[in-house]
Amino acid sequence: MKALRKLLDNIKPHVEKGGKFHILHSGFDAVETLFFVPNTVTKTGAHIRDSIDLKRTMFVVVIALIPALLYGMWNIGYNHFLSIGTAAEGTFMDFFLFGFIKMLPLIIISYGVGLGLEIMFAQSRGHEVNEGFFVSGMLIPLIIPIDTPLWMVAIAVAFAVIIGKEVFGGTGMNIWNPALIARAFLFFAYPSSMSGDKIWVEGLNELSVVADGFSGATPLAVMAAEAGDTVVNFAQGIGNWSIAELIIGSYPGSIGETSVIAIGIGALILLATGVGSWKVMFSTFAGGLAMAYLFNILAPEEHIFMNMPAYFHLIIGGFAFGAVFMATDPVSATQTSKGKYIYGFLIGVIAVIIRVFNPAYPEGMMLSILLLNTFAPLIDYYVVQGNIKKRLKRIKVNA
Amino acid sequence: MTKVVKLKKGLNINIKGKAINELVDSGKSKLYAVMPTEFLGIIPKMLVKPDHVVKAGTPLFYNKYNPEVKFTSPVSGKVIAVERGARRKILRIVVEADAEMQYEDFKKGELSTLKKEDVIETLLNSGVWPFIRQRPYAIIANTKATPKAIFISGFDNAPLAPDYNFILKDQLDEFQNGVNVLAKLTEGKIHLNLDGKEENIFTSINGVEVNQIFGKHPSSTIGTQINHIDPINKGESVWYVNPQDVVIIGRLFSKGIFDAKRIVALTGSEVKAPKYYNTILGAKLDTITNGNLSDVNSRYISGNVLTGTQTEKDLYLSYYDSHVSVIPEGNYYEFFGWIMPRFKKFSMSKTYFSWLMPKKEYALDTNTNGGERAFVMSEQYEQVVPMDIYPVELLKACMAEDIDKMENLGINEVEEEDSTLCDYVCTAKIEAQETIRKGIDLMIKELS
Repeated sequence: MKALRKLLDNIKPHVEKGGKFHILHSGFDAVETLFFVPNTVTKTGAHIRDSIDLKRTMFVVVIALIPALLYGMWNIGYNHFLSIGTAAEGTFMDFFLFGFIKMLPLIIISYGVGLGLEIMFAQSRGHEVNEGFFVSGMLIPLIIPIDTPLWMVAIAVAFAVIIGKEVFGGTGMNIWNPALIARAFLFFAYPSSMSGDKIWVEGLNELSVVADGFSGATPLAVMAAEAGDTVVNFAQGIGNWSIAELIIGSYPGSIGETSVIAIGIGALILLATGVGSWKVMFSTFAGGLAMAYLFNILAPEEHIFMNMPAYFHLIIGGFAFGAVFMATDPVSATQTSKGKYIYGFLIGVIAVIIRVFNPAYPEGMMLSILLLNTFAPLIDYYVVQGNIKKRLKRIKVNA
Repeated sequence: MTKVVKLKKGLNINIKGKAINELVDSGKSKLYAVMPTEFLGIIPKMLVKPDHVVKAGTPLFYNKYNPEVKFTSPVSGKVIAVERGARRKILRIVVEADAEMQYEDFKKGELSTLKKEDVIETLLNSGVWPFIRQRPYAIIANTKATPKAIFISGFDNAPLAPDYNFILKDQLDEFQNGVNVLAKLTEGKIHLNLDGKEENIFTSINGVEVNQIFGKHPSSTIGTQINHIDPINKGESVWYVNPQDVVIIGRLFSKGIFDAKRIVALTGSEVKAPKYYNTILGAKLDTITNGNLSDVNSRYISGNVLTGTQTEKDLYLSYYDSHVSVIPEGNYYEFFGWIMPRFKKFSMSKTYFSWLMPKKEYALDTNTNGGERAFVMSEQYEQVVPMDIYPVELLKACMAEDIDKMENLGINEVEEEDSTLCDYVCTAKIEAQETIRKGIDLMIKELS
């Protein structure tokens, strides 16, 4: 530790202003502050400062993502072996290691491209590297299909960092959630690689002989296809999956989104530490449930999707993942307390509407969050206007 | 009607080194200073030069913009220096005290016979007027205006703050006198706001409206109290006075002298024996601090650790402060500090364990605990600003210098003190107090 400090102190003069390697300043700073909390002291304002910083905050989110990541790795393996019909012989470790090896390159590419760009931009602006990509870099691999080619991931990450974030001024200034921008970019730029029933399971595209009864479709795709056909007995689940399996999450889907239990553990971490906003999480779930119940009430008998029990919406697809990790992004969400309730509620409502009525987009969560990201400043504006009006009214009452 | 205000938001920070209830005579200081920089919005014009002999209450300088407002010497003696800083800005006027204190005579009189104008004149001539400040803007009260109310906060729950129940226990008569004087200045009420949780010595005070405030810091700040009890609207003003200064006002009229005695608490984790000391306004505090501080590289703060002013080691007691805080400097590197459990650190955030131990006292230092970032986390400021105000939006309006918006969002109701916890809790380490002050300065400039 002391040796490391000494080493850093030796390098420091060379990367500081006037040094030979000033161009590496932001990169050096990122490494230095990774190992050591800087020795800066307060100059103006309060003399003492809270021990929290952005690094710790973001790190908590990464920790909260780990259960979903680990489960996702296992699920990659499990569904792969299921598709080739050898799942019964595979062990837990077989599944997990298979998924781990498939997942690792995605994570490396995501962090490598993203952090590289972040450091470049920080350097050109003379800023310190912002920790925002700590989280985005982990989120992106978790919300894409496992078979996404690595070059596509690299392009999507670059698009998200540059167009989604840096053009607005970097972390804290962006309008949309960068990870969702990456997802949306992939969705619209390479639709053939992002939709269909073959992309959610590793290797299914190239597989010549698929195991009997295995389709690779996600529960949402199954639901979208079934609309209007037969009556589904929801007590037995959807397609091949029982309700328990839907909750545990052993079905095909984006890597991190399937397990409500793993996401729930993450949610508990975010809520216990106060890093994630409970207001957004709660109201997103409330909005989704409310809209789905409304559909249940209004549904004509033949519309299967509208008749799907409301809570199913929360356990299939990316709803839970979006509500816990995406909607709560403090930068792109509303800033005010009242605004958060409105924002979350509308995300839930619109996600369910898109799911049920737009067969072209089986998953409504991504578009719903991006839409509400767009409207978040407007919601805040009206909440703040309420406060202004109250203050003006006070003058009139007194006058 | 007595109001009971219950506040949920806020944060109490427990720092090691709170003064014990023991009052000590500090021994007389030799040097005293008046620092014009403490009075916001004034330009000092000197009335004395080095070697002038002054009494306690002799004017040293006045405000160029409002010559009625004079600033007087707290002791009798000889002016030995007018210290100036960059661009010849006057930093302080230092007076060497006589062995025997001599006072200017300000004619004591039966208060009931005095008119409002007479009271104001005496306050102005004796240099006591600057103790009365006004909201909006937290500047010295405008002599021409009539406030709609006068506020006295009878407690302070900032970190390490002194206990007025202890300080004022033998001075209640003069406090009552001071209240009677203030009553002459307003047609509205005088609000005396007390900590609802504690037994208070102020129950015998007449002529005030006692309000009970429950809640964590900043419930003791004037801005918060005004916002809940009698919010300021455009064009109105509220005046406020610190409790110890009410006593000085009281003495001015009962004895006819500017008697600037004050009790000050020496506090903080780097103080060997934190307790209370008898001293005089502006006194050089070496008589108190000598031999009483640890050897650790420390920061000396006149006032509390949130809003106080950083000074050098042998500081002069500042005009509006009742305590001095000494805490360690934080200029060290901490290996992987951001990821460690850090049981010795305090945080509002639950990513640390301090929320499990609300009674524990911490030796906090001046490290920023992280680098400055763009604003990411939301609703942090809201948790520590118990007012009907949106702090982030107000700060943004101040940064954008949008006067209308600042006014609409409540700039008239706040000062730095009210946003001090925003500084503290901010994950992005953004300076809120500085921004608010700049906003207020802009308002003063634009509207005067």
